Parts: sequence; C-alpha cells; structure tokens
Amino acid sequence: MSSSPHDSHVYFKGGVHPKEEKALASSRPVKDAPLLESYNVILHQHIGAPPKLLVKKGDSVKKGQMLAEAGGFVSSPIHSPTSGTVKALGECPGPMGAVMASALIDSDGEDSWGSQLEPIENWTSVAPEELKKRVSKAGVVGMGGAAFPCHVKLSPPPDKKIDTLILNGAECEPFLTADHRLMLENPEKVCEGAAIIATILGVDNICIGVEANKPEAVETLKEHASRFGIKVMSLRVKYPQGAEKQLIFAASGRKVPAGALPMDVGCVVQNVGTATAVAEAVKEGKPLLERVVTVTGNPVKEPGNWKLRLGTPAAKALELAGGVKYPPAKVIFGGPMMGFAQKTLQVTVMKNTSGILLLGDDEVSQFESMPCIRCGRCVDVCPMNLLPGTLSVMVESEEFGLAENYNVMDCMECGSCAFVCPSFRPLVQHFRRAKAEINAKRRKVKK
Amino acid sequence: MGSALLAVGLMAGVGLVLGCIIGGAAKIFFVKTDPRIEEVTEMLPGANCGACGRAGCSEFAKAIVNGETTPDGCPVCSMEAVARIATFLGVEAGSGQKKVAVVLCGGDHSKAAQGIRYNGVNDCVSASLVAGGPKECPYGCLGLASCARACPFDAIEIINGLAYVHNDLCVGCGKCVDVCPRNLIKLVPADTRAHIYCSSPDKGGVKRKYCEVSCIGCRKCFKAAEEGQIEMDGFLAKVNYDNSPGTEIVGKAACPTGCLHTPEAHMKERNKKENAA
Repeated sequence: MSSSPHDSHVYFKGGVHPKEEKALASSRPVKDAPLLESYNVILHQHIGAPPKLLVKKGDSVKKGQMLAEAGGFVSSPIHSPTSGTVKALGECPGPMGAVMASALIDSDGEDSWGSQLEPIENWTSVAPEELKKRVSKAGVVGMGGAAFPCHVKLSPPPDKKIDTLILNGAECEPFLTADHRLMLENPEKVCEGAAIIATILGVDNICIGVEANKPEAVETLKEHASRFGIKVMSLRVKYPQGAEKQLIFAASGRKVPAGALPMDVGCVVQNVGTATAVAEAVKEGKPLLERVVTVTGNPVKEPGNWKLRLGTPAAKALELAGGVKYPPAKVIFGGPMMGFAQKTLQVTVMKNTSGILLLGDDEVSQFESMPCIRCGRCVDVCPMNLLPGTLSVMVESEEFGLAENYNVMDCMECGSCAFVCPSFRPLVQHFRRAKAEINAKRRKVKK
Repeated sequence: MGSALLAVGLMAGVGLVLGCIIGGAAKIFFVKTDPRIEEVTEMLPGANCGACGRAGCSEFAKAIVNGETTPDGCPVCSMEAVARIATFLGVEAGSGQKKVAVVLCGGDHSKAAQGIRYNGVNDCVSASLVAGGPKECPYGCLGLASCARACPFDAIEIINGLAYVHNDLCVGCGKCVDVCPRNLIKLVPADTRAHIYCSSPDKGGVKRKYCEVSCIGCRKCFKAAEEGQIEMDGFLAKVNYDNSPGTEIVGKAACPTGCLHTPEAHMKERNKKENAA
C-alpha cells in the first residue's frame, strides 16, 4: 500500500478494509474491443422514466444515432453503439435479474458515424444552458454505479446554492481498476470534463478525490488539474470512501443529513468516468456509447481493462480476456462489495457497468447464515451510523415500518456490515428487501 | 370517630356527584348501535383475515347489516354459515362463488432447472432481488414459501421447490396473491376443472430449455377447447376462468408437456413427490 500523505483530515466513521486485489488489472492499459457482430442494447439504462423508442425492427442505424429518446426530465436517451440494422426489438436479461426491453443491433462492419451532435470545440464561449442540453442529449448518466441521469444533477432547484463540485475517483471497490486507468490515461479529459460540469453549475471550487492507493493517478491528475484550477485530493484508503456522502465529508468536511441530497450541502458529486463522458459529448459530439470496463478476477486468464460498447454480452467480454483458467463460481457485474451476481453470461454491458468480476469457488462464501449474536461489529463499521444487526432482525420478522423508523432507507448497501458479520448473515439482502417493500408502500400511498 | 365519619361522608358525596356526571354523560352522549352487528360478528369466523376487503370481521358485519354487501362476501364462511346470517338478517345470501388460489407453475426442482446456487435469505421476495431468483425460469415458482407463510389457514405447502394449494383448506382470502413476487397465484372459481400450470410468456424453445413442464404454446388445448374457454396470450395458453373447460379437455388436448392438468392430477403428482421424499 502507498504511504502518500492524505489530503483530508476528516473521514467517515466505520468502514472496512477488504483485500484490494487491484493488482490483477491495474497495470493493464485500456484496450479497444474489436467490433462485434451484434450488440444487445438494453433501452432503460438509467434511474428514472423509461426512454421512448425511436426505431423499429429492420431500420438501419448509424453509430451514435439515437435509438430511444428521454421519456421525461429524469430520463436519458440511448444511442446505437455501431452502424447496422435493428434486427429485433426484444428482451434481454438485465444485470439486476429482471428481463428488460432491448434492441438487438446487427453490425454492418463499417462502424460508420452518424451522430446528430456537433462537436463544440471552444466550449468556454457557449452558454452553460447549451452545454447542459448537450450532456442530456448525449445520454450521459452517472457511471459510478447508480446511473442517475447526469443533467438532472446539474439542474439543482434555484433555492439550492451549489458551491463545490467533487469528482469521484476513489474507486474503493476491490478488483476494479476502470477509473484508475481512465485517470492515468486520460487525465486531460477527466479534468476538462470537470471544468465543463463546473461551468454548467457555475462553481469555482472543484476537487477530485482519489484513494491513496493510486499515487500515480494522483500525480498524473495533478499535472493537468492546475490548468483548470482543480484540487486533487489523495484520500485515505478505506471502503466505502467512494460513497457519495462519505466522499463529500472527506473532501469538504460537510455532513449530508439523513434523507438529504448532496445539493442540500452545496455539493454535486460526479464520477470521473462521467466527467470523461461529458468531455467527449461536448468536445467530440460523441454520445455515451462505450465505457471502460474491468474484466477481472482470479479465474480470468488475462484480466484487464477494455473499452466496451453498450450491449456487449459478458461472454464476449470474457473472450477478450482470454477466457477462464477454471470455472468460476460467481460472475458479478460491478465490484465484489456492491456488484450484482449474474445468472447468465448473456447479460450485456450497460452505462453503469464498471467491471465484470469472476470469483472462484474458494473465494465465494457458502456459509450457513446464523442468528445475530449482537456482537455489534456491524454497528462499528456502518458508515451511515445504522444498526444493521437490529435492522436485520426487524426485516426477518417483516416489521418494515419499524425498520423505516430505524432509517433503513439510509442504507446504501455498501456491504460493510455483511463483510464483518461473524454469523454470516445476509444483511444487505435483508435491507434491499426492506427498501423494496418500503418503496412499494410509499408508491402506493402516493397513488 | 368524627373524622372517620367525615371521611366516609366525603367519599360518599364525591361518589354521588361523579356518579351523576357519568350517568348524565351516558345519556347525553349515547350512541345507538345496532345489536345485530354484534350478533353477526359472532356468526362470522373471527379470523379477521381481511379477505372480504374490510378491516376485520366486525367491520364486515357492520357492512352486511347496513346492506352495503351480502353475507357471501366472506370467503371463509361455509355455505351454511352464510345462510344462517342471511336468515338472521332476512337478506339475500348472494350467489357468491367460492374461490380458491392456484399457483400457476408446475416446475419443481426435478422439472425446472436451477440457474444458480443460492444460499441467501429463505424468502421469495428477497431471493428475487438476487439475479432475479435462483430458478432459471424468470417467471416460475421460487419455492421459498413466502406464500405459505402468508397463508393464515395453512393451505399452501412447498414440496420439492413448488408451492401447492390445498383446495379444501384454501378459503380464497388472497393473501398469497399479494406476496408472490412473481404474480403466479390467481384466485379462481373453486369448481375449475383444468389449469395450465405455467406462466412464462417466453417462446416455446426458450421455455423447453429451462423447464420440462412448461406451456410451449402449441395451441393443442386452444384448438381442443370450445371457443373462449382457453385463450392464447402470445406463446402462453391461458384458461379463461369465467368460462373454463371441463375435465375432458385434459384428454382431448393431450398436452405434450403435461402442463394442462386437473387440480386433482396436479395434487397427485405432489403426493408422489412427497412419498418419494
């Protein structure tokens, strides 16, 4: 681990130190993936209203052409990853388990460009409103994991004064190195993207938070950051340092109250990948149709980082990495702490897929869950100051109202509690269920 | 002696005054209740299950007495109990049809593939949050007994990863219908003679891969049945429960995968499994 000094004096309470395992892929430069014969693009890749389909079966499309437009304000369009024909409008298994509507694009091999977005070379001379429109048109969403439409975060209500933009380059999830490579290889894009976002928000105070286990990334960013007046912060290595509220605390010393949003304390947080996508959308007129994905794990023959287009099946991504050494016991989209276990390799890359992780039999715990012994370790590590053990017992007895009173909705599912639980309790699964039930109830009440 | 008398007298006086106030209040604030409501409540099962759509048995009794509903609105009551209430009140019993729940899936562990090794929370709702559930079929019964736990009458049991409804115990309260994350449970008329035990809208070929007893959409039953009895919804045949076919449809249709069954045959299959286990 690096001994580089930390640039912050305040850190969140709790947290854990899982084995990092980043060395598997961190030294592998991002490679372009060869063109596939077909891409199965899931249409609803963001949080919010589903997009409205613009193409029909048999249509020929160009690379970058809009397949579906935003279906509301909190929504985002989807663009074709290559040129070809829409072979089918069907369904595709999504990373969360549900079957989702998708467009199967058959590639014509030419990969000819057909984006309707004009590059804006000199963006400083363009109105911020125009830049925001571009971000929204290019389908940029939060690429750290939540896939929240980017332009919504850039449109705070007038009574919320934003003064700080924080870029999230913490990448605290074990195994993942996509953001790390991005910051090393494209620091100028990351910084310029940050500057564009700051222009849209009208803020001067920009900082990039990077965990101290990526000292080269910090150095490289620092070389470019001064040009845009960006502060690069090296943060203490502790999971989940990259969680939004925890990062805001480390970077600005502000605490986001329970149930509140970063904008309530004057902050906006964007992932470094999102900043890159913003830079590309504005300067190159390129909609979000590919992203850096870490394909890693001990069973993988040649772990590494690839620029994969949306709609690339996990099986194809694995082929790029040379296949597997031995059969994996678990395939995860995302990191080992917060990622989603997959049932099939037909699941395709989405805008928020930061990694495809394979775990071997010896790495997957198969312990029987036991009753809570009230040791309180989960309470010690919970970065949101919740009582995970108590909450899990409430959920087990289906007392969702009680769990709501104990702020289960603040749980961000970081998995720290389950990581330390000596009784191997599936705590996060309990909380996910509780959150789903409470959300369902709230929707019912609203109706 | 004098002080003791004073105490007794004082207490008697206070008691008299308070008694007058309470007596007066009882007269002034008297709420007239229908004594029949209490009697009808007595006649109802008292399970407070809510299947009638009201907060409990006494609320339902109030509704019957006020003529807002008929006694047959209680699905738990036997026909005799309904008739008793009807004669007591001198109202129509109503021609309510007894309904029972049916789980429209036939793929237990031996018939439907398990996609992943799952050792999380033993609950269908929680399991469906992990990659959509352990079963390869994204629509089939997860067999983790959320419905059985929700049933106040112990009418559902899980054998070999599949939920079965005991028609003699099921009262049609519909609690299981609400908890099933896959919406497999339907309330149907108790006299339905045949069900299609499959709910997957996938194409036949896809379904065959993950389940031996799925409806492959061959339309045999659709053709064998009289018009309107069985409907095709894409690749899935569905029994029209307002006009369901008789037992003979099972023989006539000769369902190639055997997902068209009578409820009895379905339970027989279950008994076989139970004996084997």
